[in-house]
Amino acid sequence: MTAVTAGRSTRGIVDLVFRARELSIVLALAVLVAVTAAANGNFLSAQGLKDIFLNAAILALLAVGQSFVVITRNIDLSVGSVVGLVAFTVGDVLAANQGLGVGVAIVLGIVIGCVCGLVNGLLVSFGKVPALVVTLGTLYVIQGLDHAIAHGRQINAVDLPRSVLSLGNGSVLGIPYLPLITVVVMLAVGYYLRSYASGRDFYAIGSSPEAAGLAGVPVRRRVMAAYLLSGALAGLGGVLWLARFGTVVADDAHGWELQVVSAVVVGGVAITGGVGTVYGAALGALLLTTITSALVVLKVNPFWQQAITGALLLLAISVDRVLALRVARILRRRNARHGS
Amino acid sequence: MFTSPRRFTSVVAMVGLVSLGLAACGGTTKESTSSQAPAAPAQTSATADPNAPIKEGLKVAFLPKQINNPYLTILDKAGIDAAAEYKGTAKEVGPSDASASSQVSYINTLIQQQQDAILISANDANAVCGPLNQARAKGIKVVSYDSDASKDCRDLFINQASSEDVGRSEVKMLADMIDHKGEIAVLSATANATNQNTWIEFMKDELTKPEYKDMKLVKVAYGDDDDQKSFQETQGLLQAYPNLKGIIAPTTVGIAAAARYVSGSKYKGKIVVTGLGTPNQMREFVKNGTVEKFALWNPKDLGYLASYAAASLVSGRITGAEGEKFTAGKLGEFTIGKDAEVILGPPFTFDANNIDDFDF
Repeated sequence: MTAVTAGRSTRGIVDLVFRARELSIVLALAVLVAVTAAANGNFLSAQGLKDIFLNAAILALLAVGQSFVVITRNIDLSVGSVVGLVAFTVGDVLAANQGLGVGVAIVLGIVIGCVCGLVNGLLVSFGKVPALVVTLGTLYVIQGLDHAIAHGRQINAVDLPRSVLSLGNGSVLGIPYLPLITVVVMLAVGYYLRSYASGRDFYAIGSSPEAAGLAGVPVRRRVMAAYLLSGALAGLGGVLWLARFGTVVADDAHGWELQVVSAVVVGGVAITGGVGTVYGAALGALLLTTITSALVVLKVNPFWQQAITGALLLLAISVDRVLALRVARILRRRNARHGS
Repeated sequence: MFTSPRRFTSVVAMVGLVSLGLAACGGTTKESTSSQAPAAPAQTSATADPNAPIKEGLKVAFLPKQINNPYLTILDKAGIDAAAEYKGTAKEVGPSDASASSQVSYINTLIQQQQDAILISANDANAVCGPLNQARAKGIKVVSYDSDASKDCRDLFINQASSEDVGRSEVKMLADMIDHKGEIAVLSATANATNQNTWIEFMKDELTKPEYKDMKLVKVAYGDDDDQKSFQETQGLLQAYPNLKGIIAPTTVGIAAAARYVSGSKYKGKIVVTGLGTPNQMREFVKNGTVEKFALWNPKDLGYLASYAAASLVSGRITGAEGEKFTAGKLGEFTIGKDAEVILGPPFTFDANNIDDFDF
């Protein structure tokens, strides 16, 4: 973990470079919004802003969990399936017990998510199986479980308690609940990762698992924790999904894992681990969903939307690579000068 | 710091591609195609005896596009119930994904089990053709429902509604609600969904009539039968076209997403949303006044009719020739049309007065 162990001034430079990475997303977002708003004023109306944040809320929440995992040089491809499973099972339970409130729904969702995260974490950290394979496996297992439980049924908005639906559509002081929840989670996780010694461990693991282990970092426990958090947030995301859409079937959120990974990568979290912040990941999610909305408003042919997302992904990975090389060069030069 | 980023990212990309392909296989709810091409009448050598009784103890199998599709589950249950009425045994088997080839192995198994009839909602009109014809060579009757197989490889197709009826009636329904005036948009499923595109063509044709001269179709948007995407498309439509008066969503996912968005936004009461949806899904929005009325056929009737049609074929009451008539239990008499197609009837309109009579 060069960025941490190196001297203070070096850390400043590295920080600056990567903060610039987040700034560049903000800039891209600003340009996008400005252009779209210039073409159509409604895009920035109160309703328009509310829509943008509502759309990005769930994806950003999942991206926060995913970036935690990716920072440790792992990946969690099962999040889409977890969202689908939680949305359906929690919806099923709520439909059968109208008296249950939002609190129970959220707790239940997070518990289910944690169980999924636990399985992933155990296999990856203790079983030493590559994360890609493990989570690809659990993606299908959880999806199959969801299908078995759903068995072709559908949960409808009318079956759900009012309180849960108002979580998806309601707001406090004009700010919808969903983005509010996401921002609170993001700030909490972001603060922990940056300011706690155990939070820095995750970066150390991502930079070099061997070195981190030798330095006394409890690698397995931390990786386990990363998967638990990703699972828990996916569970929370599933409840929010249920609240927002009301109508759920077995294959909800299929394929979302790829959108989440895209958001994380676009947000500057290196897929090779050790670099990035949850703020960047959330911004990446905001950028991707805003692009989709903007293209509709700008009346761009829908066929282009996926291509543009893909191009952005490639751009982000290239920028990461260039930045990484540059930082490595700066560090080498500094270290040489300081004779260390 | 970066050991082998290139290899790692390429693996991620590859896995991404694979799962993307899998995700793309998740099918839409229904894909009927109205077959226009002239058909070679298939296997009509036998003569029909309209008075023959339905044989008892018939073995009938339903093969839906995928077993987890709520809509097809309703159809198949109704079909299985109908089989109990005519004292046959029916079952539902099928793949868990709606890919083109996934039904083939199920057909082969059903042939070995010597079923009397196979009812199929085809994922791909041609991919299932070979096995279906093998089944027919062994004397098994093949009836397609919901989504047709190529007409050379089935004996009968039970069509939910004629595409023309669906398309035209959607426009009429919306026009009634907006006084035949204003900009309208369509929120469809995927850009290449056969049935939605056929309906939209008929909508466009209907709009050329003089009574719709003050209505203008400004955009056909595609929500890909995905909740979030349909949501965003609806938002985008309302922002991009401030004068929009109505949205037709001829897909069950799309109409629910559009209604949900409108009901939670400032557009509630100003935009008319209609299209094809199921009562359970739409009850919420009909009750809260977001949606006045919408249409669909009754899926239970469709499954019921398909089941009876299969039994009638096996019992020799019909052969699949144009003009033959048969009774389908409580639904009454049906006539086989061109290309061995039986049409259930015109789309049924649901509104606040009748929606509580339905539970599907």
